[in-house]
Amino acid sequence: MSATKGLPADAAIGGLAAPAATPAWQRVLLVLLGLGAAIAPLFVLESFQLFQLTMAVIMALAVLGLNIVTGYNGQISLGHGAFFAVGAYCTAILMSHWDWSFWATLPVSAVVCTALGWGVGFPALRLGGLYLALTTFSLAVAVPQILKHKAIEDWTGGVQGLFLVKPDAPAGIPLTADQWMYVVTVIVAGVCFFLVWNLIRSRIGRALMATRDHPTAAEAMGMDIADLKTKAFAVSALITGIAGSLSAVAIEFVAPDSFTFGVSITLFVGMVVGGVASILGSLFGGLFVLFVPNIAEAISKAAPGVIYGVILIAFLFLLPDGFAGLLRRIAARLRGRG
Amino acid sequence: MDGFAHQIIAGIATGGIYASVALAIVMIYQATHHVNFAQGEMATLSTFIAWSMVNAGMPYWVAFFGTILVSFIIGVLVERLLMRPVANAPVLTHVGVFIGLLLIVGNMTGWIFGYTTKVFPTPFTSDQPLFGGLVSAHELGSTAVTLTVLILVWAFFRFTKLGLAMRAAAYNPRSSRLVGIRVGWMLALGWGLAAAIGAVAGMMVAPVVFLDPTMMLGILLYAFAGALLGGIDNPMGAVLGGFAVGVLENLAGAYVVGTELKLTVALAIIIGVLVVRPSGLFGRVVFSRV
Amino acid sequence: MTTTRRTLLAGAGLGAAGLALPNLARAQEAPGVTATEIRIGSTNALSGPVSAYSVISRCLEAMFRRLNDQGGVGGRRVNFTVYDDAYQPPRTLEQTRRLVEQDRVAFLFNQLGTPTNNAIHRYVNQRKIPHLFLATGADKWAQPKEFPWTIGWQPSYRTEAQIYAKYILEQRPNGRIALLYQNDDFGKDYLHGLKDVLGARFDQMVRTATYEATDPTVDSQIVQLQGADVLVCATVPRFAAQAIRRVFDIGWRPMMFMTNVSVSVGAVMQPAGMEKGVGLITSDYRKDHTDQAWANDAGMGEWREFMRRYLPEADLADNNYTYAYGVGTTLIQVLRQCGNDFSRENVMRQATNIAPMDIPTLLPGIKVQTQPTNYNVIRQMQLQRWDGRSWVRFGNVIEGANV
Repeated sequence: MSATKGLPADAAIGGLAAPAATPAWQRVLLVLLGLGAAIAPLFVLESFQLFQLTMAVIMALAVLGLNIVTGYNGQISLGHGAFFAVGAYCTAILMSHWDWSFWATLPVSAVVCTALGWGVGFPALRLGGLYLALTTFSLAVAVPQILKHKAIEDWTGGVQGLFLVKPDAPAGIPLTADQWMYVVTVIVAGVCFFLVWNLIRSRIGRALMATRDHPTAAEAMGMDIADLKTKAFAVSALITGIAGSLSAVAIEFVAPDSFTFGVSITLFVGMVVGGVASILGSLFGGLFVLFVPNIAEAISKAAPGVIYGVILIAFLFLLPDGFAGLLRRIAARLRGRG
Repeated sequence: MDGFAHQIIAGIATGGIYASVALAIVMIYQATHHVNFAQGEMATLSTFIAWSMVNAGMPYWVAFFGTILVSFIIGVLVERLLMRPVANAPVLTHVGVFIGLLLIVGNMTGWIFGYTTKVFPTPFTSDQPLFGGLVSAHELGSTAVTLTVLILVWAFFRFTKLGLAMRAAAYNPRSSRLVGIRVGWMLALGWGLAAAIGAVAGMMVAPVVFLDPTMMLGILLYAFAGALLGGIDNPMGAVLGGFAVGVLENLAGAYVVGTELKLTVALAIIIGVLVVRPSGLFGRVVFSRV
Repeated sequence: MTTTRRTLLAGAGLGAAGLALPNLARAQEAPGVTATEIRIGSTNALSGPVSAYSVISRCLEAMFRRLNDQGGVGGRRVNFTVYDDAYQPPRTLEQTRRLVEQDRVAFLFNQLGTPTNNAIHRYVNQRKIPHLFLATGADKWAQPKEFPWTIGWQPSYRTEAQIYAKYILEQRPNGRIALLYQNDDFGKDYLHGLKDVLGARFDQMVRTATYEATDPTVDSQIVQLQGADVLVCATVPRFAAQAIRRVFDIGWRPMMFMTNVSVSVGAVMQPAGMEKGVGLITSDYRKDHTDQAWANDAGMGEWREFMRRYLPEADLADNNYTYAYGVGTTLIQVLRQCGNDFSRENVMRQATNIAPMDIPTLLPGIKVQTQPTNYNVIRQMQLQRWDGRSWVRFGNVIEGANV
């Protein structure tokens, strides 16, 4: 599942693209292009496809959360589905029992998930590699069982789950519920992506990566590794939890069966195919885990699971460091030519 | 207390299942320093192969050893065809390939052999109920088989040159290559042996839990927990860990929290133990040099 | 694109308005229906741990193939599309929306699972899409007032549990009852069913233990429950076989009830040991292929002939095939009743107006029937007891539990 001592530096996670100095006009152009790409689907796609894209962005956000702790900080997590579930249930409980608005539930779900992530971060300090994988995987297995436990059944709806309604567009904005959901998702995800991007490029981001690649050296330079690692878990859980909140309203339904350990595996796959420790890669990962199962199914109805597995392995053969690795290689070639 | 004793006996019987799968996990870990996610699914496939052989009229023990051989070959092929091409990729990519393998093998088994519950034969039978009917002759026999495998694995790593070479190849591939060990083949051999041990585990488990494509789904997690609890570099520890998980889980379910949370509580206890002893109860403490 | 959709919706609206007047509706205007084709959609777990049920879709596909070979229905061929949801509710919603909004199916049929159908329950009812004969035994699909577009098929698990509870009260009024159930919606329905009948006495009469579908065995739970006079098992086949065997082996001889999900002779009774289940009670509505009682039965003969011609590779011992044949036959009856009008309104009207009919793979005396006010399609069951070789029916056909 992983090496003994976490992620050894030499087996690393396809070195980070050096933050090369990009001219300002190029950056502005990129941002504009990104905005255009985010808005265009509103006018081009039909509601069903817009719904799919919404789900893909939500998955991408969840993968981004996982990437912070596993990709950038090197602590393997096979249990991020748990944070996804907790975020979803926070929103669902507040909206269906107390009629909160969706926006109001976001801070609550953020706080709860941060606290939970922080709590998981503690044993993680003592446990590396496989042991951490087991701990997080256990979390993913335990959370659905806890959610349907009779002690909290009145809140969580037990095995039947909870129903909620997605927010309508505010009066005056001529968008359907699906279109508005997409806008909400893109705004929330956009803000999260931007904040994470800033975080990673900051001192803290560099410290996260330093503790991943050379823990002893990082400690020698005065970094508080324990503090960094627990915080990485907390931020990571927060982001994935927010994605969970979005998924709850987009689906308008939560149930323990929606959050089996399969979700954690899906997020992990998203991270690996997108590219470990890559922000843009997370976005690709989200698209992959949402759309590729459908492609697999189009190829063979007899055993779509087999085809999906084959596509996944073939993809990793071609791009062992994920989609982000491909981007880096293209960028390097362009730069080399320029 | 009668119930208490029965829970412990039942726990040991179930623990035997975890122990046998835990051994396969230790095997592949010793040989590759990875834990193969798809181990359980591969073992299920092997068991279905054995089932087909028995149904085709082969005597049990012929099918038993035939399956071990076939599984060994499958394991070697998987390493050569699937793991080789990503040998130099990051560790997380390997996990990605394991997940892909899990999907392929898991879904293929049902597709080929169907989903109905099947009876898998056992060579160990008895007319007398044992331990108040809580332990069948098969469970006793399969424990003996697990212990035999344990001794073989232990002796293999401890006394044979090949075992030593395999451990070296996993521990430090570069230096091993320098002293003339064919690291690539050592990995393939490790996969083969792990698949073979997995097959034995599958054939021992199937008569107890009944054979269907999802037979190993939950077992792998328990076995993994058992292996880590006992120490993943120690076959003996892994087996004891497997038994401990079985008993612990039953007691937690019966006396602590009720059956709804027995897995959760058992896992929490295991993680608690690991926080105190990060290398497991019987594992070697590894110091890393800078 | 938007324009076409609006036109289509308007067309559907027109069709709906026209329906109020008999014979004015033109089928071409109905969504999912052309002059030559009717599109029907479904979801099932074609991948993942629950894919045992994917054989239902395979059987239904074969039934529509046969129907098309025989000339289709109303002069049209049936185009049956099944998508994989891997038993994950979010994917069920995604795939259902694909069926409705992209493939524009006329209606949805036999989607698998309770949590999965929950995820789309409101969506289909808001959009007024017939959501017919679901592959789940929850009792919430029969609410004609609140959810008029959704209808189940098989008898509800809860009703089944109520029947057991009433029988227990008759036979062992002071018995101590043990309940072993899977910790999900399927198992919980049996818990609720017992509670419905026992009421205030439940807490003092019943002890419960649960298991997870990922547990290897239920031995620990059996030990925990040991000693009660009655044991009710709401378990899926693998655990059912384990429970029957273990209860016998430890010398516990309770009056034992088994959910009709797990009574296949080939997949449960044989693995458990034919003699170990003697006295086991269940209440079924299907015939079991592996039960010798139906070796020369006409209905099962029809089914076997169909299986031989259209699904020669299939494992006949899998009773999902007899289930699928029953539910497929019901839908084909609805389609024939529709005449030439396959609008959603008419499909729903016909689906809720089935006169009591026999189905080849259902037990004698058990009918399929619906009324606009009663969406319980199969509302009858019969108790049966295992005699060591086959199921022996006893007592009358029971209709509902009348709690």
